[in-house]
Amino acid sequence: MKRALLELLSGFGSLLTGMRITLQQFFKPPVTVHYPHESLKMPARYRGHILLVRDPATGKSVCIACKSCEKACPSDCIVVEGIKREGDKRKSVTDFKLDFTRCSLCGSCVEVCPVDALEFSKAYNLASTSKEAFYQIDLVKRVEARDP
Amino acid sequence: MTIPEPYRLFFYLFSTMAFVGLNAAYLVWVERKGAARFQRRPGPTEVGPAGLLQPIADALKLLSKQVLVPPEADRTLFRLAPVMVMAPALMCLATLPYSERLGARDLNLGLVLVFAFGSINVMAVMLGGWASRNKYAIISAARIVSQNVAYEIPMLLTVITMLMITGTMNLREIVEQQAGGFWGGFWNWNICKLTANPLMPVTFVIFFICMLAETNRAPFDMAEAESELVAGAFTEYAGMGFGVFFMAEYANILVGCSLATILFFGGWQSPIGMLPSGHLWFLVKLYALIFTVVWVRWTFPRTQFYRLLNLSWKLLIPLALFILVLTSAMLKLF
Repeated sequence: MKRALLELLSGFGSLLTGMRITLQQFFKPPVTVHYPHESLKMPARYRGHILLVRDPATGKSVCIACKSCEKACPSDCIVVEGIKREGDKRKSVTDFKLDFTRCSLCGSCVEVCPVDALEFSKAYNLASTSKEAFYQIDLVKRVEARDP
Repeated sequence: MTIPEPYRLFFYLFSTMAFVGLNAAYLVWVERKGAARFQRRPGPTEVGPAGLLQPIADALKLLSKQVLVPPEADRTLFRLAPVMVMAPALMCLATLPYSERLGARDLNLGLVLVFAFGSINVMAVMLGGWASRNKYAIISAARIVSQNVAYEIPMLLTVITMLMITGTMNLREIVEQQAGGFWGGFWNWNICKLTANPLMPVTFVIFFICMLAETNRAPFDMAEAESELVAGAFTEYAGMGFGVFFMAEYANILVGCSLATILFFGGWQSPIGMLPSGHLWFLVKLYALIFTVVWVRWTFPRTQFYRLLNLSWKLLIPLALFILVLTSAMLKLF
């Protein structure tokens, strides 16, 4: 009898403790991010699809079209073409297509690049109504369109 | 001001329906906002300022949906159940006094009427579950009956305790007894009447727990245990059929909390005698209790079914009986 009553009291006490804790949470500000209106900044090491690094001096890519990334890519989703322009020491890239539908974001291309011309973008909420938007991403056009 | 009879009827019918409709709609909003705040989320924000138009959008959605009746179901009972669950809740509201002069009907047996109609609600949900011809609905119907049989007893025992103290079943008179004049206040309310029964707060807690169980609220929402029974008795209901069940749940909470306010918290009496009493105090107490119901829901997980029955038969009923005996002894002695 006595034990049952003590159990009852301690049980009721624990219910009140639970209610106190939830009430404390009630008055604290929300912790969630109100998604479509605000979104989290991706961390520095986030791997989005790759982008060509823009050379701030020329506004163009620093890629030398060596095709190391094309060879390193395990999914064959990179196609690079380049020409050697008159007066330049190295080749420069004319065409850099990424097939993002097959990319597994392994990062081999970024690792292998001898001139550090590739980087990961921070774009994570990609959406499109057509496959073409991700099938042949023209990164050369992107680098020229990017903000300095 | 007294309105002549036929108009009075229409006026009260209209205002009771409006009161229930508005409350049912906006208690859903309160529930969702409250749930969100307890879980540190913002809750509905998109439709209208702070999501205030969300209930209207929900109602429009439910109203525009097709009312489907499963081919194997018992059509009559299936369509009758939502009406039978909503009507008693409306009837109960007719007896409630919101203030000294505001109340639809001043019945001498108000308290009995509330409990008489309150138990129809159970039968309606059972009928709905049975008529759906769905195994989840039938399990839910069986559960709701045994749950309500179990919790009706301690609830009525606490009500008998209160009746012995008040000596009347007229809800208005019960509230008037709790008035204390200029120097009165919350210590005149029944919950503080420790001279009648030193376990008065316990009586209230029993009443409140039974009220939660009777209205099928979490942590006793065995009838609508989503994780086990899809939506229980409401599984086969589409559109406004479901909407009416949903509204009735909130209407029943409204009735239950109003009754708790009247029986234990002095109805429209103000907590400090110097402040004027009135229907605003009634609403303040009512919504504080409803907030507690939401608060309880988002604090405790659902109990298991046998624990639910154990709580009633092994704990609440003996305790309520003990309080009943104690109160009668105290009343006889003092």
